[in-house]
Amino acid sequence: MRISGLVWVGASMVVVLGGVALGGAHLAPFDPALQVADSLGTPLPPRAGFYLGTDDLGRDVLSRLVVGARLSLLVGVAAMAITIFIGSAVGLIAGYYGGLVDLLLMRATDVMLAFPGLLLAVALVAVLEPGVSTVLVVIGLVSWTGVARVVRAEVLSLRTRDFVLAGHAMGGSGLRIMWRHILPNVAPTVLALAALSTSTTIMLDAGLSFLGIGVPPPLPSWGRMIQEASPYYRTAPWLMIFPGMAVFFSVLAFNLLGHGLIERFRK
Amino acid sequence: MSGSPLRYLLVRLAWALVVTIGATAVAFAVAFVVPADPARALAGPKADRETLESIRKELGLDRPLAQQYWRFLGRLARGDLGRSYVSRRPVAQAIGERLPATALLAAASLSVALVIGLLGGVATAARAGGAFDRLGLVGAITVLSAPTFWLGMLFLYYAGFKWRLVPLGGSVSLAGLIGPSLVLGGTTGAYYSRLLHVNLAEVLGAPYIRAARAKGAGGWVVLWRHALRNAALPLVTVVGLDFAGLLNGVVLAETVFHWPGLGRLAFESVLAMDLPMIMGTVVVAAIMVVFANIVIDLVYVLIDPRVGLQ
Repeated sequence: MRISGLVWVGASMVVVLGGVALGGAHLAPFDPALQVADSLGTPLPPRAGFYLGTDDLGRDVLSRLVVGARLSLLVGVAAMAITIFIGSAVGLIAGYYGGLVDLLLMRATDVMLAFPGLLLAVALVAVLEPGVSTVLVVIGLVSWTGVARVVRAEVLSLRTRDFVLAGHAMGGSGLRIMWRHILPNVAPTVLALAALSTSTTIMLDAGLSFLGIGVPPPLPSWGRMIQEASPYYRTAPWLMIFPGMAVFFSVLAFNLLGHGLIERFRK
Repeated sequence: MSGSPLRYLLVRLAWALVVTIGATAVAFAVAFVVPADPARALAGPKADRETLESIRKELGLDRPLAQQYWRFLGRLARGDLGRSYVSRRPVAQAIGERLPATALLAAASLSVALVIGLLGGVATAARAGGAFDRLGLVGAITVLSAPTFWLGMLFLYYAGFKWRLVPLGGSVSLAGLIGPSLVLGGTTGAYYSRLLHVNLAEVLGAPYIRAARAKGAGGWVVLWRHALRNAALPLVTVVGLDFAGLLNGVVLAETVFHWPGLGRLAFESVLAMDLPMIMGTVVVAAIMVVFANIVIDLVYVLIDPRVGLQ
């Protein structure tokens, strides 16, 4: 079986990201919170020693990006876990039990689909305590609908297959059949969805931070770096170009991995 | 089930009503059930006791939850979304002023997206399976992975500031529309082109296409007249399904390009912690999505003669 090239490219990019996130402050050339360039008030362009430039407070952009990787990935992956958990549970239950349960759950999904996720997340974050956990729970709460739909469709096609019917005939309970027989068969799809969801959650996190309501300071966040750079986008474009590239790279990594996995499992 | 398109539309309309009511329930829950003290959440951390008391009275927070929701629905039905805690203006009025700009931006972005999606989908489907196809897939994934707000800032920096091709934003004008609609339409169009590509590749393998070819129809005629009409139908559904996603992009693009629409209003309300305004924009956005889906249903009846038969 040939594994699609996309998987390899995506997986390598994810490994690079993971390495940077794990290394964190050890990899960063400077302390991300300290003024290291003697240029308070003026952002300076990339130069020897400060390869991605420094910001208005004289902080090193590269160091801030490197340290920010851990937070971005942490929020992205944790929110993905919530997304996948809610989405698979709703999809499994709706697809397996069918009938009224399916109707109600799918109608609830339709209602959630009517909301622009970003706006709903904005409203939720606004009424809750700001913090890392709020942000990742809220992102998870607004992005499970797609997963639920795909998982449900898969389960629908599985529930009349012989091995599931045999499970019923032998007296297996609904929960046991779902857990032992259906879930393993949906697992590859869920894995691909997990990769794709991570790209969505990282993007949403960056969007929330860009709107100024993501992970609160002083934690370094790529999205907030872009927001903080917006007054300087003409005079100091490097302040927004590089954090944007970091978000772009992470989202692309998980997207390539996810699409590659889908291709691979289809064969 | 009877097969009339009218019945189909009625079912879909009833459905839209159910989704709208569900959406208001979610909005109600977010505003009045999730926060520990809704009055505090509505008024913000700086509000004094008197303000809090007046809000509690105004919103009837001492009544049972079901009754509160009923009153919330009643006010909503009359178009009353409450008052902004910053400007003290009715939320519905403020939103009404911003709605046209957002609708214009959404329509322009959708048009750009459909053109790009159509051209991209057709161009890559004609040579499905080859290196060109592969390039199309990777290209679309790449475009879709770029944050909209970042693309918008890059556009402003290069096209607006360096090359002076477009204004730097701030006003509703045709030139000001170019940036946000290109950025949003471009990313959404990349998504559409992939969908269309997959559908087209499938349709092009169908027997009726072979029949058309056997009768001597040329490649382009088969593609445009025979294949595209069928392949485009699922795309129409996705435009409706993804409309909420488009509005997400609109919120961010409006913020970057200083486009005075709903998204920018939401952004300003977030900065001021003006919860009634935030909730208002959320509800109105959900209603816009439902409305867009009704329009899609109408389009479906017009372009697909089979609708209502299933």
